[in-house]
Amino acid sequence: MMLGKTAGGLYWMFRNLERAENTARLLEAGWRMALTRANSGSNEWQSIVTTAGMRPTYEQKYDDYTAHQVINFLLRDKDNPSSVMATIDLARSNARMVRTALSSEVWEATNECWMALKAELARPVNESTLHDVLATIRYRTSVVRGALHGTMLRNDIFSFSRLGTFVERADNTARILDVKYYVLLPSAAFVGTSIDNAQWEVILRSVSAERSYRWLHAGETTPLGIADFMIFDERQPRSLAFCYRKIGQQLQQLELEYRSDHESHALAQSICNRMSENTVDTIFQDGLHEFLGDFIKDTTQLSRLIETDFRFYG
Amino acid sequence: MKNPNYFDEMLVDENHVRDPYKVYYDWFSNDDIKRLRRKSEDAEAFFRRIGITFNVYGQDEADERLIPFDIVPRIISAQEWARLERGIEQRVRAINAFLHDIYHRQEILRAGRIPKELISGNEAFLPEMIGVNPPGGVYTHIVGVDLVRTGPDEFFVLEDNCRTPSGVSYMLENRETMLQMFPELFTKLKVRPVSAYPQLLRRSLSDTAPTTSLNNKPVVAVLTPGIHNSAYFEHAFLADQMGAELVESHDLRIENGRVAMRTTQGYQSIDVLYRRVDDEYLDPLTFNPDSLLGVPGIMDVYRAGNITLANAPGTGIADDKALYSYMPDIVEFYTGEQAILKNVPTWRCSEADSLSYVLENLKELVVKEVHGSGGYGMLVGPAASKRELAAFETKLRANPANYIAQPTLALSTVPILSKAGLAPRHVDLRPFVLVSPNRIDITPGGLTRVALKKGSLVVNSSQGGGTKDTWVLGD
Repeated sequence: MMLGKTAGGLYWMFRNLERAENTARLLEAGWRMALTRANSGSNEWQSIVTTAGMRPTYEQKYDDYTAHQVINFLLRDKDNPSSVMATIDLARSNARMVRTALSSEVWEATNECWMALKAELARPVNESTLHDVLATIRYRTSVVRGALHGTMLRNDIFSFSRLGTFVERADNTARILDVKYYVLLPSAAFVGTSIDNAQWEVILRSVSAERSYRWLHAGETTPLGIADFMIFDERQPRSLAFCYRKIGQQLQQLELEYRSDHESHALAQSICNRMSENTVDTIFQDGLHEFLGDFIKDTTQLSRLIETDFRFYG
Repeated sequence: MKNPNYFDEMLVDENHVRDPYKVYYDWFSNDDIKRLRRKSEDAEAFFRRIGITFNVYGQDEADERLIPFDIVPRIISAQEWARLERGIEQRVRAINAFLHDIYHRQEILRAGRIPKELISGNEAFLPEMIGVNPPGGVYTHIVGVDLVRTGPDEFFVLEDNCRTPSGVSYMLENRETMLQMFPELFTKLKVRPVSAYPQLLRRSLSDTAPTTSLNNKPVVAVLTPGIHNSAYFEHAFLADQMGAELVESHDLRIENGRVAMRTTQGYQSIDVLYRRVDDEYLDPLTFNPDSLLGVPGIMDVYRAGNITLANAPGTGIADDKALYSYMPDIVEFYTGEQAILKNVPTWRCSEADSLSYVLENLKELVVKEVHGSGGYGMLVGPAASKRELAAFETKLRANPANYIAQPTLALSTVPILSKAGLAPRHVDLRPFVLVSPNRIDITPGGLTRVALKKGSLVVNSSQGGGTKDTWVLGD
């Protein structure tokens, strides 16, 4: 037995941690682009902010996209409710609220993550310190995840934590693809032309998978290959299929534990089915953008159902 | 290093250490002071990591603060403790008997031992509790008695704290910290453990569960005002340590005449609610209608005997300042014995003789408002200017019944680790008492609060106070 509020707190704690990590990864990809590009276009920074879903908020504040502005906006800007600091703050508040459900290792790792970032993000981040800050985020969030895996009972507490992680991650991967879908589209690319090196690198780097892709595809980069890898490859821990397999497993676990199922089970199942019925070819025929748009909507709906099925709020 | 005007619990004089501190003093004298200072810094980092902080309202950046912790333990001998224990138990028994009486036949008023108007006109007295029988007959499940010491055998009760006493998480975490930092000391000295408190609390609460419970085992929950409450850490800590749910008002509702909490699988009834929400906010239908912290209708469930509230509503009448001076009478009336623990002598300004004494000796006394708390509206005679004394005298003459006066107590000192080494500072002590239908458990130790500023008598954390681990030695 568990309080609905606690289940909700766990779910959002891990969604927020995942979001902070993903934002850091996006910044890393953007930074890499900025360093390796010959011409100093600022387009990449704009697409990074778009991927983070923060373009309207950003443009209310700034007229142009510069590395320094974008970095600080995404890491620590008080006007950005999805900044790394804001999401870590929220994750810790959630953790404080559900403290009785967490092992002391998980709580302490979360609290230390918050303390470390509060210290590092107290002042604006320069290009020269960015690397260290991103390393801290990656390291600290990994410690939380490690503590979760190493010390928590595999019961409903664990299931709600993991559901939060994978719902957030599925949404994030789909958004990355959706912002870049046009890169994968040009008809020329279909017949085997390699796409812009830098462009696909951003996609893979923003899910930290550029090396694993190369391993699996022997260095051959094609739009179909990348889309397949990001959507269908169940070996890839940030692919849509992987996320939904995990979501399905955790919902099943809850069904066993609670001896009852809900609407969220049905929706997750139908999303999984759609994944296995489709191939990368059919998706390209029917429209990648449309597929991703539906996927993002469905995931949002699934999240709402989870919230009501398990009585997160009164 | 010690001030001869105060009783120091460690040193009799420069060359004589009091018995309970002998082993510690030897150990300290042979240790490296630099190492100890480092340990002291480690302790702070440890507290931050586990998150023992208290919230300060309205300060954005520094909204979570640590209460400073001093690494020198406060040590109490087995004999000293045995006497305190007897005194506390007697007092807590009397308080529960008094509460039962005052909400039923009011024999003590009929006997004329307490003036009727002290009860009838008192906000802490809840007419809603008249004739109510709390499950198991327990009113104060948890009590934190504030004690001060002025000499080897001189202990005084300053306040009884019968509502929702806080600080027990510090008692437990302070001990954990000391065990981690100085394991060697615990091999040299037999210190009585405090770690059983959460299990005892759980048992003690379960033992008072309503007999009408629908659950196989009593379901216990801790009710907190939420994560912004200054004592939230403690609420979460206790729930966690007891294995009980931590609930807020919006997790609860009344279902089929019972208090139930919203779980992932529907509503589940609760038997015992350890509430850390004041009486006033407990039930908007009965008390403050604007309260968002309580549960509408919970008092009806309570009166029907279907939920245990710990502590019971209305216990505040027993630790009210207006009644404080009657405590020796209360103890005698219900136990038939003299009170073992002393009260601080108190002049009730409502009485003409007392008033004239107080007015004559204003600059030596502490004068408090009967219903004030947190040090507001208080006069500390020795520290007041002539003008302040005169102004207070006017107020006092205008409404004498609103005031009581007490002598300024010479609180005992215990050393802290200061920049200059060991230095004496004033302390008080709050032991924690658990009451079940058949027994009273007093955890050996408690929370020692210490005024870190030299010469200060104010131990409150809001005014520069810190805490110490409190060691009660075994036989």
